[in-house]
Amino acid sequence: MAVITLTIDGRLISANEGQSVLDAVKEAGIRIPTLCHLDGVTDLGACRLCLVQLGNSPRLQPACVLKVSEGLEVITDSERLKSYRKMIVELLLSERNHICAVCVANDHCQLQDLAMELGIDHSRYEYIYPDLKMDITHERFGVDHNRCVLCGRCIRVCDQIEGAHTWDMAGRGAKSFVITDMNQPWGTSQSCTSCGKCVQACPTGAIFRKGATVSEMEKDSTRLEFIVTAREKKQWIG
Amino acid sequence: MDRVKVATVWFGGCAGCHMSFLDLDEFLIDLADKVELVYSPIADVKVYPENVDVCLVEGAIANEEQVEMAHRIRKNTKIVISFGDCAVTGNIPAMRNPLGSVLPILQTVYVDNADTHGVIPDEEGIVPKLVERVCPLHEIIPVDAYIPGCPPPAPRIRAALEQLLSTGAAQLAGKDLKFG
Repeated sequence: MAVITLTIDGRLISANEGQSVLDAVKEAGIRIPTLCHLDGVTDLGACRLCLVQLGNSPRLQPACVLKVSEGLEVITDSERLKSYRKMIVELLLSERNHICAVCVANDHCQLQDLAMELGIDHSRYEYIYPDLKMDITHERFGVDHNRCVLCGRCIRVCDQIEGAHTWDMAGRGAKSFVITDMNQPWGTSQSCTSCGKCVQACPTGAIFRKGATVSEMEKDSTRLEFIVTAREKKQWIG
Repeated sequence: MDRVKVATVWFGGCAGCHMSFLDLDEFLIDLADKVELVYSPIADVKVYPENVDVCLVEGAIANEEQVEMAHRIRKNTKIVISFGDCAVTGNIPAMRNPLGSVLPILQTVYVDNADTHGVIPDEEGIVPKLVERVCPLHEIIPVDAYIPGCPPPAPRIRAALEQLLSTGAAQLAGKDLKFG
């Protein structure tokens, strides 16, 4: 595999051809905030939090879907990037009904963590307060669209790791919503294997274990890591 | 040196933020040397005074009286602080917003689900009219600082107050910004 040399925050870094800039940045020990990225499944650049600057180019690019290339100059942190990342999370907070105080994922939520990391003490945008539903027809799990950030992690983990493709996205733009099978109640889904990978993959409290109350929905990402390591490295360690 | 004039106000919230304020325990004694509490739900003052230095506002804006009071607070106060998630985000009181406008909600709560004598409370001049849409304080008046949390833990309130007393401004960071 060809080795590529690129510059990340002024440091020369070697990366393998075909690697994403996000991977290379991580290997260099630099943290970029991410939300829709999940190790072990493909990236799609849905959340735009991993936006980076490339040299003097005015166009920002999402690091997760950008491949490394020879001589690329990547800047992972700047006032401009900070302000965009902050804006993205504030928009996510105002787009749906995220009420941390009564959420199953309070204290274990990646959206909440990002808000803290990015220094968000309030949202500058007007809250939309959409009227969204919950689906608790599944025997063990539930989905609350009020808390969904449309990252698509449930869709990808179900399709690419479990191989069931129960989840999908319906609608357009901010009115998009995740669906099970043919947009039918989750409990009536024929393809769902009830494996719970979507529950672990969901960064917020949108997909949860039934019976969990406020702050109880702790996600266990090691369960997904175990499967991904087994598949990619043929090592059954966990 | 004159003591800093502090007010606390209770809008659409559960008083949990005020309870958390009381959880400052012995720091309240230190605070009493430095600040004068000029208006608060825990002090018997009827009218929001003029020339207030700092005001902590708990609760979301849920009715017309609160809108009017918010403007009075802004006019009479140097530093206005959104105190807790309801003031910062709307939080629980704003959960009525997705359900639609005021009248159908009042109808559901006070008439349809009432066991006996269902009637919508409406007393001109006594019961303030609900606003159509509950909103955070900063949508009504400019706010100078934010203390998130439901409720904000006492050490977080202390951190903000200490910053305020020493620098005249408060900007929390990291874990002190946790909503919920």
